[in-house]
Amino acid sequence: MKPFDYVRPASVAAAVAAAAQPGAVFLAAGTNLLDLMKGGVSRPDRLVDVTHLDGLDQIETLGDGSLRIGALVSNADLAHDAEFARSYPAVAEALLSGASAQLRNAATVGGNLLQRTRCAYFYDTASRCNKREPGSGCDARDGENRGHAVLGWTESCIATHPSDFCVPLVALDAMVEIEGRGGRREVALDQLHRLPGDTPERDSVLEPGDLIVAVRLPPAARGFAAHARYLKVRERTSYAFAVVSAAAALRIESGMIVEARLALGGVAAKPWRARAAEDVLKNVSPTADAFQEAAWRALTDAKPSGDNAFKIELARRIVVRALTLAAAGTPARIPALPASPFAATSGADHA
Amino acid sequence: MPELNLTSTPAHLRHGSNIGQPLTRRDGILKVTGRATYAADNHPPGMLFAVMAVSSISRGRVVSLDVAAAKRHPGVVDVMTHDHKPRLAIDPEVKTNPFVFRMEVLQSNEVRYANQPIAVVIAETLEAATEGAVLLAPRYEVQSARVGLDAGESFVPPVVGVGNPAEHRHGDIEAGLASAEKQIDAIYETPPQYHNAMEPHAIVASWDGDNLSVDMPTQGLMLSLARIAELFGIAHDKIHIRSPFLGGGFGSKGLMAGPQVLGVMAAKLVGKPVKLVLRREQMYGPVGHRAPTRQRLRIGADGEGRLTALDHHARTVSSTFDDFYEPAADASHTLYAAPAIRTSHDAVRVNSGTPLFMRAPGEATGSIALESAIDEMAWACGMDPLAFRLKNYAEVEPITGKPFSSKALRACYEQGAARFGWTKRPLRPRQMRDDAGLLVGWGMGTATFPALMFQAEARAVLRRDGSGAMEIGAHDMGQGAWTALAQIAADELGLDIDRVEFKAGSSDLPDAGIAGGSAHTATAGAAIRSAGAAVIAKLADLATSDERSPLFGAGNAGVIARDGRLLRRDDESRGESYSDILARAGVAEVEARGTGAPNPAAMEEYAMHAHGAVFAEVKVDPVLGQVRVTRMAGAFAAGRIVNPRMVQSQLFGGMIWGLSFALHEEAITDRRTGRIMNANLGEYHIPVNADVPPLDVITVEEHDPHVNALGIKGVGEIGITGSAGAVANAVWHATGVRVRRFPIRIEELLTRR
Ligand SMILES: Cc1cc2nc3c(=O)[nH]c(=O)nc-3n(C[C@H](O)[C@H](O)[C@H](O)COP(=O)(O)OP(=O)(O)OC[C@H]3O[C@@H](n4cnc5c(N)ncnc54)[C@H](O)[C@@H]3O)c2cc1C
Ligand code: SF4
Repeated sequence: MKPFDYVRPASVAAAVAAAAQPGAVFLAAGTNLLDLMKGGVSRPDRLVDVTHLDGLDQIETLGDGSLRIGALVSNADLAHDAEFARSYPAVAEALLSGASAQLRNAATVGGNLLQRTRCAYFYDTASRCNKREPGSGCDARDGENRGHAVLGWTESCIATHPSDFCVPLVALDAMVEIEGRGGRREVALDQLHRLPGDTPERDSVLEPGDLIVAVRLPPAARGFAAHARYLKVRERTSYAFAVVSAAAALRIESGMIVEARLALGGVAAKPWRARAAEDVLKNVSPTADAFQEAAWRALTDAKPSGDNAFKIELARRIVVRALTLAAAGTPARIPALPASPFAATSGADHA
Repeated sequence: MPELNLTSTPAHLRHGSNIGQPLTRRDGILKVTGRATYAADNHPPGMLFAVMAVSSISRGRVVSLDVAAAKRHPGVVDVMTHDHKPRLAIDPEVKTNPFVFRMEVLQSNEVRYANQPIAVVIAETLEAATEGAVLLAPRYEVQSARVGLDAGESFVPPVVGVGNPAEHRHGDIEAGLASAEKQIDAIYETPPQYHNAMEPHAIVASWDGDNLSVDMPTQGLMLSLARIAELFGIAHDKIHIRSPFLGGGFGSKGLMAGPQVLGVMAAKLVGKPVKLVLRREQMYGPVGHRAPTRQRLRIGADGEGRLTALDHHARTVSSTFDDFYEPAADASHTLYAAPAIRTSHDAVRVNSGTPLFMRAPGEATGSIALESAIDEMAWACGMDPLAFRLKNYAEVEPITGKPFSSKALRACYEQGAARFGWTKRPLRPRQMRDDAGLLVGWGMGTATFPALMFQAEARAVLRRDGSGAMEIGAHDMGQGAWTALAQIAADELGLDIDRVEFKAGSSDLPDAGIAGGSAHTATAGAAIRSAGAAVIAKLADLATSDERSPLFGAGNAGVIARDGRLLRRDDESRGESYSDILARAGVAEVEARGTGAPNPAAMEEYAMHAHGAVFAEVKVDPVLGQVRVTRMAGAFAAGRIVNPRMVQSQLFGGMIWGLSFALHEEAITDRRTGRIMNANLGEYHIPVNADVPPLDVITVEEHDPHVNALGIKGVGEIGITGSAGAVANAVWHATGVRVRRFPIRIEELLTRR
């Protein structure tokens, strides 16, 4: 392994300063970063371990009713927080559909947001990859790209963002609190990840040294608790990334949808908020036709980047199903197979 | 395994004989407490760490390695390359016998597949060696890779599998097809698959002068020893290999692999003990894999659903430098009666490592295609798939006309179907839904695997303290050899299992043959049986020739060994304990050897196979195409069951593997470079717990007087066969969509809404 410095700053400010220099990266639980380092994909000179920083592992309700989740809260702790799961059921379901129990116990909120793509060519240092090595080319473009993006991609990169957690978060207008060299600022999660354009090496809008300190869900996010689901189609029942996923959240009053939120996962370099689809669902009744219309709207701009045209059709179907499930109402308990099409079948007791 | 006394684990309750008891694994407590030392757990003093650098191209030449940079890295001791390595006694390209495969041990700078070892960095720490390997920054002269089943001119291989002819004909295929009322002509594809044993290939090697001590997992101690001996030019008795436990092998540890030889070379180069462990991704190349296949099945049936012809052709691949051909079409030799059967193979050469035996080699790939095609034909004939299979039940081995040594397949069909509830199955597909609206489908497949035997030797000892020992260099890959073979040993020595010191897993013990071909229990068991009989005969000689013994004059044939005593067969009240016999004779112990081997006369006369029937239920989301297996039942007839618990586990494992074959496993190969793009357990999918349904295994009673003295057929591989097809057929029955490319993928099931 390449030798590197390891520092454990005592304060957020010190962490930001320590990570601002070239070659430095933050280390949270390391479930993604250490894999990248072992594979030679990431070869940092300095690891800035943030796991010992105080005050970043709280889940707190703020005065205005928004919820603030510290960047170091583990994926498992957040999903298993009863109050959290009640208020934001689709987020909890998404979290529990990700990775494995062991990984969720370790993985942090901040790390989940900033996990890198699973594009096999990105992981393989012998391949050309614009994201890993700007300007080298993209071996996925004409390669084995069945799992790649169908929205927002460019010739320079067709990778997807793999997070489940981010999908319902972006639907619920989550905000990201960032501490940087210039102090504290916040960006909408929808603005955190970047589409590749011609600079796919930049996954996000973060600058060197920028530390995510918290994710905030605005007060309105609670309004969807009665009708919110996450649905994830994958190639085995558990422990697999999404082929395509969707988060659907509805506010239904007197049988009418007054507000809809919809986002897709596994389709683009960022969690994909489908605003055009949301628009057609405003003030309509939750019918199959309305959901079909929304599905078409959500995928209007989609185009295959390779052997993945099926993902577009699959995404449409997932949108319809997720909306249908959301309209039917959030189940009292998160299913034993969270976000699975098999969630409602008996006999499933592992996730 | 002399340092581990397995007999001291908690005492077992014994009811009558040892064979047939569902004993738990005798090494189980060692394993769950972390005290079972696997090869890589060994750290001899002064040990260094070796890490392979592997090629990132699949065809070409290494033109430079920055050895200086690697050596500059702190902790790096040496870098073994094509130009700097110990001399081998023979060229590793020479095939000294059919079980020798070519390996890459830095003999040239040629690259013939991706992940081929191109250098070995030896360092004081694993981290330093790992970084040293990165710093080598190889540069290549790249040639275009040959990838996939259409990579080049195809040819008919000289043999497929282990010495089987590439083509077999029986009857007139074209006439059979011409006379058929119904015909199926379908092409099925199976992907490359990798063994992915939990424990990667590993070796810890130490030289002491000319003596070599090795810890490494192997399914073939003596084959490995012989390979090391010839490569390094040293006598067999200078080499000691210990392999008490394997974290799975599945065929990939059957033969000495190149990386393990590199470990021995590295130790020689630096004059210190060296440990070399493969990284997960390095297992996708130099240690074998299951080759991809494209199989065409042409089947004819008459108006009553009787087969008129079965033509099974398989295209497969081998490497550019050696020959192993997945004998997929041979799966059609034994199962279904047809007046005309033809099996044939052709192949192309690709830039991959040489394919190798992988759990049910040929049987697994061939079975999923054959069972799918049979299912298609049953549907074409409007028949229930089980009724169709019964209609075409082979009373004799179809391709040879030989009678079966035993065949309880009818009982398997019957018991499996009853357990599953098969009679309620609607004939037409897409008829069943569950409460949640998911499509439900039921499918079945027939399982079969040959009952093989190899050669083995064992040494048995009876001691004056009333205990016994059985020594055999057998291999426990997790299947339970420590337990099942000890059970056989105990019965053959006429002792309770806790009175028997059973030694295995070491090359200084008698040769147990290879643990492969589902033949290890039968082969090693036969040797144990004959050694046991021989030592009892010696003991009986002592007693029956001694006037002071109550057994005097009984004659060898007139004695029974039971519970540490010899008894007169004609009068069981007259007997004497082993201890008393030995004490009176004034000897500390008696010892004898025995061998096990196939019986050519019986093989000439009979076809020998295990059989089974597997039934599967799947649920499929009708809109989203995701599949889940919800139930499986398998009934298997495999002769004598030595330990029902171990056997059940083997069959569970096989059935899960079949599920994996149908729905999950695939090495994704970049079509341009031949590189495996999912060489890790995150993306190379095998079933996780949530994919594995409740499994029901029935072992059907079967007595086989011909296969071997113990009547054992073997259960290691049969579970995959039948199961993969059963799942695939259930997917069709659920959806009405026949997928012929495996694993079945979501997009293939999105065709209908
Ligand atoms: C086998 C496997 C399967 C998986 N399956 C899924 C899945 O199905 N769904 C899913 O969503 N995820 C999945 N994951 C990914 C997993 O969710 C992420 O690895 C995890 O969330 C990352 O969190 P971490 O704390 O370990 O981050 P780390 O690995 O420590 O960090 C990841 C990145 O984030 C940066 N970083 C971390 N914290 C901060 C911060 N506070 N501020 C700024 N930068 C930061 C690091 O510098 C690094 O670049 C899987 C992972 C594995 C290994
Ligand atoms: S898709 Fe993006 S991440 Fe993948 S190889 Fe191309 S540039 Fe790299």
